[in-house]
Amino acid sequence: MLSVLTDNWELFRDGFWTTIKLFVVSGLLSLVLGTVLAGFRVSPVPALRAIGTGYVNILRNTPLTLVFAFLVFGAPKMGIELPSYFWSAIVALTVYTSAFVCEVVRSGINTVSPGQSEAARAVGMTFLQVLGIVVLPQAFRAIQPPLMSVMIALLKNTTIAAGFSVLEAGAIPAAIAERGENQMLTLVWITIGFLILIIPLVFLQRWAERRTAVAA
Amino acid sequence: MRMRNVVATLGVAALALSVGACGKDDTAAGGGGGSTTGSCGEPHKFTVAPAADVAGSATYTKIKARGHAVVGVKADQPNLGYKDANGKRCGFDIEIAQMVSAQLGFDPAQIEYKEIPSANRETAIAGGEIDYYVGTYSITDKRKKLVGFAGPYFIAGQDLLVRKSDTSMDAGKDALKGKKVCSVTGSTPIQKVKDENLTEASNISEFKTYSECVSQLLDKKVDAVTTDDAILKGYAANAPDDLRVVGKPFSTEKYGIGVPLADKALREKINAGLETAGTDGTWKSIYDETLGKSGSAGTQPPVEKY
Repeated sequence: MLSVLTDNWELFRDGFWTTIKLFVVSGLLSLVLGTVLAGFRVSPVPALRAIGTGYVNILRNTPLTLVFAFLVFGAPKMGIELPSYFWSAIVALTVYTSAFVCEVVRSGINTVSPGQSEAARAVGMTFLQVLGIVVLPQAFRAIQPPLMSVMIALLKNTTIAAGFSVLEAGAIPAAIAERGENQMLTLVWITIGFLILIIPLVFLQRWAERRTAVAA
Repeated sequence: MRMRNVVATLGVAALALSVGACGKDDTAAGGGGGSTTGSCGEPHKFTVAPAADVAGSATYTKIKARGHAVVGVKADQPNLGYKDANGKRCGFDIEIAQMVSAQLGFDPAQIEYKEIPSANRETAIAGGEIDYYVGTYSITDKRKKLVGFAGPYFIAGQDLLVRKSDTSMDAGKDALKGKKVCSVTGSTPIQKVKDENLTEASNISEFKTYSECVSQLLDKKVDAVTTDDAILKGYAANAPDDLRVVGKPFSTEKYGIGVPLADKALREKINAGLETAGTDGTWKSIYDETLGKSGSAGTQPPVEKY
């Protein structure tokens, strides 16, 4: 059982390292973009609200594989060039995940009592100040569990990049099958690898929940 | 305005999907830049042998109870294992699969085909999901520990598919340095390119199917597609004005028919059938109708019994 891992160690190491890079970079970018989009969706400017709504409804309803295929096969035909397949994957994962992050953040914003933002406006804060100083910090406390689910989904979604020339953990089975190793054991090791990556996220969520808990 | 732009880009994405033949069924549907596809002609007629008993073959017993064979194949390799837009299957491997079925005494027209990606072949055979597998399946010592191989029924070699006007790689594998090379994710040919350091790591791209690589080749995103010449000839034969095979093979791949590891009786039965096909001219007529169309001659390799 162990030999499948040790004999092909460089494949597992490189594959999971790419998975981690994809996850961290597109995770951070989609947190930022998703929060900005959520700001769009609650902003007083109708045009921004329309952009936010349109973005979320289109990206959330498009299969991730299609987003990848567009960036890798379609975009170059339209003259849009990304520096590498890795960055195509980052963009695909980010634009897709940020639609889900946006909705999670917006649901958090909705949990904040309207009185909070009314009071903030009454003392003369601008919209951005109300959002950034008063509403979002309270919203993020409410959304930690669903936000972590979105992030774990992103971690698993990174495996789609294997089909688009990014060699991450999802590409390991194909290479190992060609080497004539046992496929079941390969999948067991990949599952263990993903568990190892997900467990710290679960602890991070618990820690953040305790940190931001309000005394009852 | 913005909405319309996004809708337009999604339309292109859908087109790209069909060109690249993504998705589950790998059917390489035609469209866009795809002069790489074709449609299937009339199937070869095989004489069905009178149903004999293959003593001691569990797989044969299963086929007999079911009344037809379940065969693992590829569906996106023109002239080898191919499914056209009408759902018809054809190609060298498909006809070999039909010949084996006929020799076992079952009507080839009734075969139930299953498209099994390369990575899942061993699992599908060991798990009994298919009875046997015919799809550019190279016989290797490591795989012999997991599945049984009848054959070889064909000998291929790793080669390069390039754009027709590009002569910079005519020297073969040693001319690959600095060139962008594409193959299927994790496949033996791309592992060979890496192991022998034939080009820089940043110049290697890997996709799910060869059709996607060929699409990238036609778009000039890559300079060469590498894999067994049999597969490459199939693409070149469908787009002779745009693509050609360099013709300097640098490996030997013996294609075998994958059967369950323990089923020695079935393996021997298929081996005997392949030998018959060599002597009575069936193999040659199958080759001439499929891969032979590329203009290169083919000879049947001797069957290996182990």
